[in-house]
Amino acid sequence: MFVFIMRRLSQTAVVLLVTSLLVFAGLFVVGDPVEILISPDADQIERERARVALGLDKPGWMQYLLFLKNALSGDLGKSFVYGRPALEVIFERMPATLELATVAMLISIFVGIPLGLYAGLKPDSKISKAIMAISIVGFSLPTFWVGLMLIMLFAVQLGWLPSTGRGPTTEFLGMKLSIIHWDGLKYAILPGINLALFKLSLIIRLTRAQVRENVLLDYIRFARAKGLRKSRILGVHLLKNIMIPLVTVIGLELGSVIAFAIVTESIFAWPGMGKLVIDSIFQLDRPVVVAYLMITVLMFVVINLVIDILYSVLDPRVRLSAAKN
Amino acid sequence: MNASSTAAPLAQDTPWRQFVRDFSQSRIALFGLALLVIVLLLAVFAPWLAPQNPYDLAKLDLMDSRLPPGSESMLGSTFVLGTDGMGRDMFSAILYGLRVSLMVGVISGAIALALGAGLGVSAAFFGGRYEQILMRIVDIQLGFPAILVALILIAVLGPGIEKVIIALITVQWAYYARTARSAALVERNKEYMEAARGLGLPTWRVLLKHLVPNTLPPLLVVGTVQVAHAIALEATLSFLGLGLPITEPSLGLLIANGYEYMLSGKYWISVYPGVALLLTIVAINLVGDQLRDVLNPRLAR
Repeated sequence: MFVFIMRRLSQTAVVLLVTSLLVFAGLFVVGDPVEILISPDADQIERERARVALGLDKPGWMQYLLFLKNALSGDLGKSFVYGRPALEVIFERMPATLELATVAMLISIFVGIPLGLYAGLKPDSKISKAIMAISIVGFSLPTFWVGLMLIMLFAVQLGWLPSTGRGPTTEFLGMKLSIIHWDGLKYAILPGINLALFKLSLIIRLTRAQVRENVLLDYIRFARAKGLRKSRILGVHLLKNIMIPLVTVIGLELGSVIAFAIVTESIFAWPGMGKLVIDSIFQLDRPVVVAYLMITVLMFVVINLVIDILYSVLDPRVRLSAAKN
Repeated sequence: MNASSTAAPLAQDTPWRQFVRDFSQSRIALFGLALLVIVLLLAVFAPWLAPQNPYDLAKLDLMDSRLPPGSESMLGSTFVLGTDGMGRDMFSAILYGLRVSLMVGVISGAIALALGAGLGVSAAFFGGRYEQILMRIVDIQLGFPAILVALILIAVLGPGIEKVIIALITVQWAYYARTARSAALVERNKEYMEAARGLGLPTWRVLLKHLVPNTLPPLLVVGTVQVAHAIALEATLSFLGLGLPITEPSLGLLIANGYEYMLSGKYWISVYPGVALLLTIVAINLVGDQLRDVLNPRLAR
């Protein structure tokens, strides 16, 4: 177990290093970092000062180490647009993204698992086929297009829900949240559905496949032979067994929901990190872009690491096969 | 379920005919194939089919801008799908956009396939450290969502058609590498491979003429799905304004251009390019789904 975790940890470190190297290359090798990191109206003295501050008189590898050192101490530069540390700007937008991601995950879990269970238990019914058809649509349609259609239908044509933006926020546990009141929640419904659609399809299909595999297994037959109630077989025996892969996927998807939020936030003008990074790319606000990428990658490797470890705790087969390599 | 077992191969059946018959067993897959052929033809012959060259600014008339579908132009011709903010005929713009979208999808898919298949097959063939490291990289990359990888690359490389293709290749190669390796691992130990090696053929010949062709069916399946993904991803990037330049508008960019008009009820500028994108992706997926069922020996019960 210890060896397994150490191996994964070192791999995580390598991934972070490679990403930082890539970002470093993008920032410092391609193009003049002074041009990129200093606002265009800075004068010659300021430029020179920046050159020294950035350590550009030093050789390349030392520059990279310096970049790493600053990054490790949480200094990823100042945003040109906001004039504040890039990390601060991003953390400010984080609650909005997490809020949207939470709504999306809740929708996909609480709609996806029941639909998947139904489709798995009655694979030949018409409703199951309709559910599967919807999941295929959810898989293959580009997210941004579905988002546009949602806006057009529910906001422009029917006028039921607001089209863009985030509702009024309230302070809650130190974070500004909007979904605790209906006034704010209704803003989150359309983007939430939009962001959930892909995960929803994934969870439906996964649940269905798991159910279909498991209902044929001996333990279900045995439970039936014991004369257990159907609801108990379903709710306790079956659900427990299909949960391991589901939890893994849901955990993994948590990260990708945040990544995909880039698209949804841009469509619905949702003021989260994703919208911020797209805006920053257009405004050439490089420090914010770099900070966003580093944070997201960090988040991702941490999620992947936790899932790997959790999985090996839940399923000894994984640990054994990893130890053999 | 027993569809393929009832269609037991007759003695005179060639593998190709068997394949065609298996494929055409699904009516929806045939529909997808027909749709795909139409889309491809429309894209290839766009310059001859389009009533207007949407890139030729001299042909555009601002007086014709934002006309609903079916309106007539100042010169008397009809805009079947309406016009955009520049007075561009949407039907023509969609045909040209389809061309760009498909081209980017197919080119990036083909290069990623060649690259991924080469790396995957060689990993299975040579094994050892090389295989381990390569597959580790594949695992790690597939742990990140495609959109994030593409975004990192575009943020680093900057926009432009070749940058988008590079990003799409980077996103896709790992899928091909994984598939090719697992297919090659199965094939590697088969008798024909032993025979080829036993004949004393050079390694490159064993690899290219014997191993690679036999790993193609699963790659083909992954390929169709991946091309659809690539097209969708390119459209997404272009929609966000990070993809193709305005001089080469793909479907994603056309949709993005219509977005601002959509909120005021001028739906056609965004909706019709979207429908074209949708039909393309759905057609490819339908064909891919059926290919997977037909080519997957595990499902042929």
